[in-house]
Amino acid sequence: MKVKMLSRNPDNYVRETKLDLQRVPRNYDPTLHPFEVPREYVRALNATKLERVFAKPFLASLDGHRDGVNCLAKHPKSLATVLSGACDGEVRIWNLTKRNCIRTIQAHEGFVRGICTRFCGSSFFTVGDDKTVKQWKMDGPGFGEEEEPLHTILGKTVYTGIDHHWKEGIFATCGQQVDIWDEQKTSPICSMTWGFDSISSVKFNPIETFLLGSCASDRNIVLYDMRQATPLKKVILDMRTNTICWNPMEAFIFTAANEDYNLYTFDMRALDTPVMVHMDHVSAVLDVDYSPTGKEFVSASFDKSIRIFPVDKSRSREVYHTKRMQHVICVKWTSDSKYIMCGSDEMNIRLWKANASEKLGVLTSREKTAKDYNQKLKEKFQYHPHIKRIARHRHLPKSIYSQIQEQRIMKEARRRKEVNRLKHSKPGSVPIVSEKKKHVVAVVK
Amino acid sequence: IRAAKSLLAPREQEELEDLPNDYPSSTSEDEGDSGGERKHQKLLEAISSLDGKNRRKLAERSEASLKVSEFTVSSKGSGERLVLSDLLEPVKTSSSLATVKKQLNRVISKKTVELPLNKEEVERIHREVAFNKTSQALSKWDPIVQKNRQAEQLVFPLIKEQSAFAPMEHVLNAWKARTPLEQEIFNLLCKNKQPVTDPLLTPVEKASLKAMSLEMAKMRRAELQRARTLQSYYEARARREKKIKSKKYHRVLKKGKAKNSLKEFEKLRKTNPAAALEELEKLEKARMMERMSLKHQNSGKWAKSKAVMAKYDLEARQAMQDQLARNKELTQKVQVASESEEEEGGEEEVDLLVPDAVNEAHMTADGPNPWMVRNHSDDAKEAEIQKDSEQLPEPMANEASESEEEERPVAEEEILLKEFKESQLLRKMSGLNQDTKPVGRQETEDSSTQEVLSKLRGLSQKLNKDNHQCRKQNMGSVRTVLSTQREGPAGEEEEPLLLQRPERAQTLEELKELSKEGCFQNEELPRPALEGQQVERNNQPSAPKKKRKEQMIDLQNILTTKSPSMKSSAVPTIEELEDEQERKQKQMIKEAFAGDDVIRDFLKEKRETVEASKPNDVDLTLPGWGEWGGVGLKPSAKKRRRFLIKAPEGPPRKDKNLPNVIINEKRNIHAAAHQVRVLPYPFTHHQQFERTIQTPIGSTWNTQRASQKLTTPKVVTKPGHIIKPIKAEDVGYRSSSRSDLSVIQRNPKQLSIHHKKQLKK
Repeated sequence: MKVKMLSRNPDNYVRETKLDLQRVPRNYDPTLHPFEVPREYVRALNATKLERVFAKPFLASLDGHRDGVNCLAKHPKSLATVLSGACDGEVRIWNLTKRNCIRTIQAHEGFVRGICTRFCGSSFFTVGDDKTVKQWKMDGPGFGEEEEPLHTILGKTVYTGIDHHWKEGIFATCGQQVDIWDEQKTSPICSMTWGFDSISSVKFNPIETFLLGSCASDRNIVLYDMRQATPLKKVILDMRTNTICWNPMEAFIFTAANEDYNLYTFDMRALDTPVMVHMDHVSAVLDVDYSPTGKEFVSASFDKSIRIFPVDKSRSREVYHTKRMQHVICVKWTSDSKYIMCGSDEMNIRLWKANASEKLGVLTSREKTAKDYNQKLKEKFQYHPHIKRIARHRHLPKSIYSQIQEQRIMKEARRRKEVNRLKHSKPGSVPIVSEKKKHVVAVVK
Repeated sequence: IRAAKSLLAPREQEELEDLPNDYPSSTSEDEGDSGGERKHQKLLEAISSLDGKNRRKLAERSEASLKVSEFTVSSKGSGERLVLSDLLEPVKTSSSLATVKKQLNRVISKKTVELPLNKEEVERIHREVAFNKTSQALSKWDPIVQKNRQAEQLVFPLIKEQSAFAPMEHVLNAWKARTPLEQEIFNLLCKNKQPVTDPLLTPVEKASLKAMSLEMAKMRRAELQRARTLQSYYEARARREKKIKSKKYHRVLKKGKAKNSLKEFEKLRKTNPAAALEELEKLEKARMMERMSLKHQNSGKWAKSKAVMAKYDLEARQAMQDQLARNKELTQKVQVASESEEEEGGEEEVDLLVPDAVNEAHMTADGPNPWMVRNHSDDAKEAEIQKDSEQLPEPMANEASESEEEERPVAEEEILLKEFKESQLLRKMSGLNQDTKPVGRQETEDSSTQEVLSKLRGLSQKLNKDNHQCRKQNMGSVRTVLSTQREGPAGEEEEPLLLQRPERAQTLEELKELSKEGCFQNEELPRPALEGQQVERNNQPSAPKKKRKEQMIDLQNILTTKSPSMKSSAVPTIEELEDEQERKQKQMIKEAFAGDDVIRDFLKEKRETVEASKPNDVDLTLPGWGEWGGVGLKPSAKKRRRFLIKAPEGPPRKDKNLPNVIINEKRNIHAAAHQVRVLPYPFTHHQQFERTIQTPIGSTWNTQRASQKLTTPKVVTKPGHIIKPIKAEDVGYRSSSRSDLSVIQRNPKQLSIHHKKQLKK
């Protein structure tokens, strides 16, 4: 008689070595795993809550400056090195991994207005209130050497900003005009002006490197073409723009940090309407820097906070503040896109995580998959009210909070007035201006 | 001249046309001339001047008065009149005057120089031009930006940097000994002639390092090694096989090959009918070749020698016969339209051409229908019914046939091909006599390929015959073998290969008959009893009647289970199957929930909810007020009526007229707190949104790979890697070749001539 027996192939359930994971056969029949939506919803809710629980973005504070930090620069080759210039003319070079200062230079008399590194990372340039442009070696002076700049250029007017070309030995300064310098020469190879106001910042386009953007105190943003030695176009906004920053992944996109609490992202080919108006700050925005991925940017504001905006969203996704942080003057996103540095009035440079709840260090593969899954769940259920509420919740200092309330009221009042005016006037006589167009005064060719 | 012109090639015409220009004065003379002789002379002249040597020869001047009449200057032949302008023409074209005129014109056209644009205006235009240029240059980035924005995943840094191999001396080049200690050490090293800055690698070594990476080299070497071993192995094997002298071995080998190729052909036929057809064509070609050649005829040298030997030597005779048989075989036609039925052949062709799925219906006549087979496995009882219904299963028939013809001489090929035939059962019918047809035809052969070909030929032939005879003989065979079938039903059921393939009713008449009789015989005896009858009837000579009976029984059984129309439909459809499954499902559900009365429960529930949703009356009676109160006493009906406040009837329920629905009119606020109220932005329809929510992404519901795919993050960055701005070279654009610096130095702050031109416009 034949006896029927259960027989299984051990290959299906026995692991080959003890280092392998145990094989767990799984039946994916949907009837066996019911309630997928509610279960995933709960998971998403938990993920969101956990994200908020683990949101501890502040990493370190680098102190040592004896006056407010006025400018910051990244090292192009080393992630751990950061340069900062203070309002007393001191330049410091920091090591982020050790979180200490590795070099101090008394670079200028008065403010250090701008600082930038050479594309190769071998030297850096500073400009100060003493009308000088100085080039320094990145490495400290050798044994028995004096701390001295490689070159010093004495100009006629004060330089308020400096930026270095991304590929060649050229740098640009701004002040009364935009000057373009060859590193080897003591006079500018060309200088470009348009109007007669002081220009506060100049930035090279990182992709199309012959393009420059500058912003002046007469409320305008001017674009220049270095090769043709001519300005290209000028856009005049409601209020002064403090800095601009080019998107490192999209050649024609730049973002301007404005005094009217907003940031404007422009497509340089169509300056009459900004691509996006980013608003959340409650005071003047002083600095802006793009993430090297080009998907987000960080802005520093006079309202003692920094905010992170997605490029395509008008509202910020994150706000960072601490009790002791005063007006934030400069901000930089590190070139591995993981950290943010900000220098503020009260002499400190702070290091933040770009993703508040991100776990630092090496992740195991299971951690990684869990992270990805949670991220996707949060994305998937982001529109659900509970999850949205929890994900959006941020604690704000009272000053900012009350300012927000106040400005909301003001804005509402303005809107109401506009609506009323529209309602009580002859149809067509009062034009409807969109929020984007409202802030652009004119585009000058 | 015109005549000549038309005759000449266009190139020559050009030259001819400018003749008049060369001799401007001669035109008028031409006109004056009326003689054909002169024209002829002119033509000759023109032709002779074509070679270009004596082209400049001046025309001879002649006195006009001699040839032109006094009164008129008109020419007869051409019919053109002399116009005044003709006479003036030379004045115009004279070169000396033309230059003067040009100068005059220039003077006239010159105006006073315009005032230059003011500086601002110039700058503005300059800026505009520059801006347009730049924005054009920038728009080359549009596709890349779009791509990056829409990308499912972006991994930064975009270009993975190869870790550069930096030799020691490169690193050391920049280094210099500064401190006293360093200098001391450096001196020591120099004294001992240690390489400090000298190249540590020879140029050859460097080149080799660059040429190939270690992994590549390893892979390549392994590959070569493997190829070499394989080659040597095959060589050795070939040598070994060549040495074997045994004829039998080679014969077996050949047979094996033949078998394989047969199998392959069969497979090909199933999977790829077109290729099979090609194979058949090859057969045809081989036949043609054979017919052309004398290879297997008696006329060859070998054949003649054998013919002499044949009388005495049995082997030689055998060999001769073999050869002839081969010839016969090879020259036999593949497709025989036997018994004057061309249809069948055509049908066969179609079978070959059309993929199996298409002609499933046709196939079912002789092959196992997958649907039906599943039915059998599903429901044994039904299978039995079907089996009984019409015809007998084939294997049975085969066996019968074999038993019948056991006395016949069976060639060895028959055994060899038995497997093949069995695989061919699909196509074969219960043909009885055909099975043994190719007996004695196939013998051992010298070339294996030919053997294969011949076998294929034989098979295909047989198939043809089978196919076209099957239908005729179906009924007959049924009758003849029925008895055997009846005797061993149990034996049948044991064998798994006994695919109880019912022969379907194939014509309309049959169908009608079936249905009629089904109705007719409804009240007949149940099956077991009938079976007994059948056994008896089998012996009766009246075959048609018996067949009828069979069908009746069958139908009766079917009617209890299935609709007859479904049963007899030409193609067993999927619906049938589904129906059955549904029924089973229903049955199961019924069994599982035997005790529940769902409908009544539902009605009750509805009633309750309706009651609950009704507003309650307010009873304000106070017991004991104005009358006696206490245990057992109730307030009077009058009082109760008086103090009862009737609640107003609410609006009618939405599910008032829907008997099997309960519509909950109270919104569940607890659930609502978790629900999305407005359709979020990127979605255009709520269904779209719901779908995204309802597809789970976790590994609980998806396989590992799928969930990985579903949860890929949009942006991936590696810790500790510097992300550089995107570069034109990285994305395949040519970066501006000249450096920005050189351009500036070339035109510092001034407008190029090109720009000035643009400004003027």
